[in-house]
Amino acid sequence: MSAAILPLTLTNLAYSSNGQPILSGVSLTIEPGPSTIILGANGAGKSVLMRLMHGLLQPTAGTVSWNEPDASSLRRRQAMVFQRPVMLRRSALANVYYALALAGVTAAEREGQALAALDEVGLRHLAHRPARVLSGGEQQRLALARAWALHPEVLFLDEPTANLDPAAVRDIETVIKAFDAAGTKIVMATHNLGQARRLGDEVIYLQAGRVMERAAIDKFFARPGTAEAAAFLKGELPWV
Amino acid sequence: MSAIAEGLRRVLELDRELWRIVALSLEVSLSAVLLAALVGLPLAALLAVKRFPGRRGVIVMLNALMGLPPVVVGLLVYLLLSRAGPLGELGLLFTPGAMVLAQTILILPIIAALARQALEDAWREYEEQLRSLGAQGVQAALTLLWDARFSLVTAVLAGLGRAAAEVGAVMIVGGNIDGVTRVMTTAIALETSRGDLPLALGLGFVLIAIVLLLNSAAQLIKDAAQRRFG
Repeated sequence: MSAAILPLTLTNLAYSSNGQPILSGVSLTIEPGPSTIILGANGAGKSVLMRLMHGLLQPTAGTVSWNEPDASSLRRRQAMVFQRPVMLRRSALANVYYALALAGVTAAEREGQALAALDEVGLRHLAHRPARVLSGGEQQRLALARAWALHPEVLFLDEPTANLDPAAVRDIETVIKAFDAAGTKIVMATHNLGQARRLGDEVIYLQAGRVMERAAIDKFFARPGTAEAAAFLKGELPWV
Repeated sequence: MSAIAEGLRRVLELDRELWRIVALSLEVSLSAVLLAALVGLPLAALLAVKRFPGRRGVIVMLNALMGLPPVVVGLLVYLLLSRAGPLGELGLLFTPGAMVLAQTILILPIIAALARQALEDAWREYEEQLRSLGAQGVQAALTLLWDARFSLVTAVLAGLGRAAAEVGAVMIVGGNIDGVTRVMTTAIALETSRGDLPLALGLGFVLIAIVLLLNSAAQLIKDAAQRRFG
């Protein structure tokens, strides 16, 4: 492996869709280490920001640059888990195989790595079940297993627990902590303050497509630096 | 009612000859479906996944060609295969091979256009995930084809229905030669023009029964597989 892919530097990033600005003037550096929570209301631009970082969208203006200069290796050194997991019509195990095959892992090594990843998320007993008949929580854990198998340096999570019941949320947060413990950089978008506190080390607060504030998690919740963030915290807290 | 009963009795009397006609009909139409699917499904997948200049034009063309009149296709293939035509040397005219070629051309746009729509809907769901995993181009298209296989059954069945039902193309390029290129639809047309309406009717029922049977079987397999794989 060559240079680490982090830090990731965003410079004056802007994105608009059909002339409608969604993000503007975003300059950030994403360092390895602390788990980063991207916090904001619905429509603040969290998902678009994650997709720009992950390379699924091209910015209208500004640049996204990784520390690793070799662009071809970037794709398989980062992973993303979406709000709604998309599972292929095949077994849970085959879904993990698929990701490993795309990442260039040889057929001989796939089985061991895939089973280890399913073990990690507690889905080994469902390895041969068709992925699409799993429950929502199980599918999301399978999406995490698919990411785990790739040993990414960065994991992007876009509101991964938005549609799940509390038990499933706990399971998924456990796996996210395991990623963090294994040295994967976590970048997660959420509007759930409880989850932000449980999983995050720092907060990037987004409102109307702009970064309003970036702070360590404790400081952000105790003394938000901007009136906007304070208002958001006040409005959201009753639903924590 | 008595005409129908009479027709069915007459059909059963045909026995060997009838089964040869049924077998040739199935052979020609199923071969055409196979060939059209082999070309049409990958084409549909590329149209669903790739963005290139002229893509919209190709889609409009495919959709328009779904309505190709069978006689026109028959005429074009006839010209192509006739002795003076560019492919005349192959000596295919008035053989089952010519009928397969004509039906393939006829149903290729149907299979490709319907599959393209189904695959594009699936692509909307899959695109971000597949790109995130690093699948692109041909690889993404193949994944999409395999994953949407149940919805593609409908597109292929539409092609089969069209092939089994058309008479214009096989009549022109096959010639309805007894024992060589006579199929269900051309036999029905012949018996009707001869005035043997009960026999024509009986053959018609057999044709409908076969198409119904093939569709039910495909539907059952599709449903069972879909329940299993979600």
